[in-house]
Amino acid sequence: MEKRVTFASWTIGILFAVPQLLLIFTFFYWPAGQAVYWSLTLQQPWGGGNIWVGLDNFRSILANADYWNSITASLVFAGISTGLAMFIALVLAALTDRQLAGSRLYRVVLIWPYGIAAPALAMAFRFILAPEAGFLAVVNKGWPGFWDPGLDGADAMASIIIAFSWKYVGYNFIFFLAAFQAIPRSLIEAAAMDGSGVIRRFWDIQFPLITPTIFFLLVINITESFQDSFGIVDIMTSGGPANATNLMVYKIYSDGFKGLDYSGAAAQSIILMVLIVLLTIVQFRFIERRVHYR
Amino acid sequence: MVERTPILNFFTHLILFIGFVFCIAPFVVVAIAASHNLKDVNDVPMSLLPGSDFWVNIKTAWTTADLGPKLLNSFIVAAGVAAGKVIISALTAFAIVYFRFPGRIFIFWLIFVTLMLPLEVRIVPTYAVVANVLAPYQAILDATGLSWLIEKVSGVQVSLNLGLLNSYTGLILPLVATATGTFLYRQFFLTVPDELTEAARMDGAGPLRFFIDVLLPLSRNNMAALGTIMFLWAWNQYLWPLLITTDQSHAMAVTELKSLIPNVGGTPEWHIAMAGTLIVMLPPLIVVVFMQRWLVRGLIATEK
Amino acid sequence: MASIAIRDVKKNYAKTQVVHGVDLDFASGEFVVILGPSGCGKSTLLRMIAGLEEISGGTIAIDGTVVNKLEPRQRGCAMVFQNYALYPHMSVAQNIGYSLKVAGVPAGERNQRIQAVARMLELEHLLERKPMALSGGQRQRVAMGRAMIREPKVFLFDEPLSNLDAKLRVQMRSEIRKLHRRLNATSVFVTHDQVEAMTLADRLVVMNGGRVEQVGTPGEIYTRPASRFVATFVGAPAMNILEGTVERDGLSLLGGSRRLATARVGLPVGTKVAMGIRPEAVRLVAPETAGALKATVDLVEELGAGRVIYVDLDGAPFSVMTSEAVHPEPGSTVGLKISPDDMHFFSSETGTRLDVFKASVPEPAL
Repeated sequence: MEKRVTFASWTIGILFAVPQLLLIFTFFYWPAGQAVYWSLTLQQPWGGGNIWVGLDNFRSILANADYWNSITASLVFAGISTGLAMFIALVLAALTDRQLAGSRLYRVVLIWPYGIAAPALAMAFRFILAPEAGFLAVVNKGWPGFWDPGLDGADAMASIIIAFSWKYVGYNFIFFLAAFQAIPRSLIEAAAMDGSGVIRRFWDIQFPLITPTIFFLLVINITESFQDSFGIVDIMTSGGPANATNLMVYKIYSDGFKGLDYSGAAAQSIILMVLIVLLTIVQFRFIERRVHYR
Repeated sequence: MVERTPILNFFTHLILFIGFVFCIAPFVVVAIAASHNLKDVNDVPMSLLPGSDFWVNIKTAWTTADLGPKLLNSFIVAAGVAAGKVIISALTAFAIVYFRFPGRIFIFWLIFVTLMLPLEVRIVPTYAVVANVLAPYQAILDATGLSWLIEKVSGVQVSLNLGLLNSYTGLILPLVATATGTFLYRQFFLTVPDELTEAARMDGAGPLRFFIDVLLPLSRNNMAALGTIMFLWAWNQYLWPLLITTDQSHAMAVTELKSLIPNVGGTPEWHIAMAGTLIVMLPPLIVVVFMQRWLVRGLIATEK
Repeated sequence: MASIAIRDVKKNYAKTQVVHGVDLDFASGEFVVILGPSGCGKSTLLRMIAGLEEISGGTIAIDGTVVNKLEPRQRGCAMVFQNYALYPHMSVAQNIGYSLKVAGVPAGERNQRIQAVARMLELEHLLERKPMALSGGQRQRVAMGRAMIREPKVFLFDEPLSNLDAKLRVQMRSEIRKLHRRLNATSVFVTHDQVEAMTLADRLVVMNGGRVEQVGTPGEIYTRPASRFVATFVGAPAMNILEGTVERDGLSLLGGSRRLATARVGLPVGTKVAMGIRPEAVRLVAPETAGALKATVDLVEELGAGRVIYVDLDGAPFSVMTSEAVHPEPGSTVGLKISPDDMHFFSSETGTRLDVFKASVPEPAL
């Protein structure tokens, strides 16, 4: 999309773009370039020379079982939490859109979790899901050893998935509800005149019309699951037990800042960037589809 | 519409109510746990009747994690990021929407790409940049031979150094350096009728006047939405402040939560930890409650 | 007050040319209406005068000064936009006074002038309102006020009445006319509505396909349309056109099924022409009347003061406007009487008016 009416002189235009360009150069492009450079060299942390090593960093990372474990964990986390958060939000939004009594209350409250910082909600869930004190401790009492995220990798993964999904149900709910409400009322009424009931209408009319939003949220949720998970992992599991929840961003952080392996961390960053860029390209293709849609 | 679906209505209410309970429960549990004493909070199951130690626990958490100054820091950073985004994004969007300078498309893409890669992914090199924010420019001077030239001519050795670790600037600027806001404004500017621009031109207003007198006042809703989103986002930042505030004087509230729990394995003093959690989650929650309209509007606009 | 001289003005968008070398002169104080169908380039031409659109070729001069390179604010023009383009966040007073504020006029003087304009337009009680709280007609007045306050040399109107309902449009039309008489500034008014054009214009410019078809007073345009396009575009219902061929002693119409006898023809035998006749110039007569064309009635449209009778003339549609109290039944046969004085002839090839033909008709000889 372009404006038909623009201003003839450029000076102000260019001047106005400068602050943003300086910022993104300094804090985005330069660091991103550095990450590429570091990933191809081996360097002493903060100083010393860089030795060109080509793709060695990548090779050693990709040969490392821990790294593959981290990728698997990230994908499991992304897949399940995205699916969960989107499914629940979709159901809640579809039901809220029926506008029965009380729907205004749900509309207000279901958004709250999105405002909470990942570490804060992680803290809350760490307590709620604690094996010794919170609520699952009740289960543990009757069935010892049933639940212990501190020892059982699957339990730990489940914990962080629950915490993340809780927050993103609220986020997805906003979008789904808006998408449902954007469907012209007359369309629903026409379907009702055609004799289609509430559930039939949902599958025949509403669901097809919100598929663009589903695609959009799919990409956003997966991307967020890579980045917003850091606080949750750090507070709830610290990547444990036995690396079961050592997600990619957490591993970059621990390798780079705790292990001081900058080159390895940089190479991991590059791989993650490529992954996310690929996802974004997928999103672009969906946007193109959407244009045909309308 | 006249439609009688009693069974479906029953399940609608039931499911929505369950959803409501799950949504609200963590807040309630945190608040109740924060009101118990050490023994009660570790009871299995924990009593859902509030205890009497609420204010004691809040006070303990407040002093243990030194939350006063930390909340202030969080507020400064969140407000700074929100203000920075609201202003800089407006300028940039104005430039790329209302002007046709050469390289405009290229700049558009330069900015667009930043949407893709969040700070968390490029955290390591960004940290290095903030340690000396002028390093990129030093490198450019060195690579182009300019620093050699300057040294030859003036005898001054060029050594640019400006560390931003443990500073508000260091906390804020990298968070401002992405394009979310720019695209929000762009979407909005594209909906402003061209006739308004032409009317302003007929009235004798140049680009600057048009921007200040017409475009910005019309963008008020947009600014509120962006400001809300960015305030929440910055307040909730964790990894970045964790890295660059090695010194307590600039630490943010969210990162201080960690000081309320021992390392993995140990059992935290849950009543204190929950009191701290409550304090930290309250400000963004208040923002969400009061700015909901803008928040929703702004988020929806990011989809377009 | 200012004169405007437009010389060979062209406009291209990328590869397509939308205005093809227009030459026009508007006298000082004149009210000129540019009329044409949508996409004919009339708005583009107006916007080039305003300085909102780059001029691709030729020159526009206001009061003898070529303004091609001047910014809108330097040209001394004010414009009323189709959708008014009022600033939604400013009050009526601020909207009207904005150009003065930009020009740095002190607040005191500004307020005086806002008051004066508001008085003239009867907007005094609305000055503190936002455009959202105004009716269509009121917004229209504010848009006019915004143009008037600068006391411009030239007023430009870009279809300003098209968003109003029919009744308001008539009212605003006379108000614009009155204001023009009072301010006497050169005005250029663009519209696709011929009634608006006829009633407002001192002089009318009819455009089509990026070219000027005819310039003249409304009367001239109506009585002597310079081309087939102008003939059919101006006047409602539209002028009837019958294709024909010049013969030795007359005209063969509708592929030879009808003949029109005329004494002499000033064009070579065999020339293809289009004969035009306005519906209001056709007389309904009894079918048996000598020299009448027989036609079958398709439809009668009642207009109250008169009626339009659509007939079928050997398969060609033809319309008659009459104020007589006749109500022929659909399917019945009627007779049509056409006076040669009311006929217009156009070249079938180029569409231009053929006056030589008409002048050669000495007397009614149907």
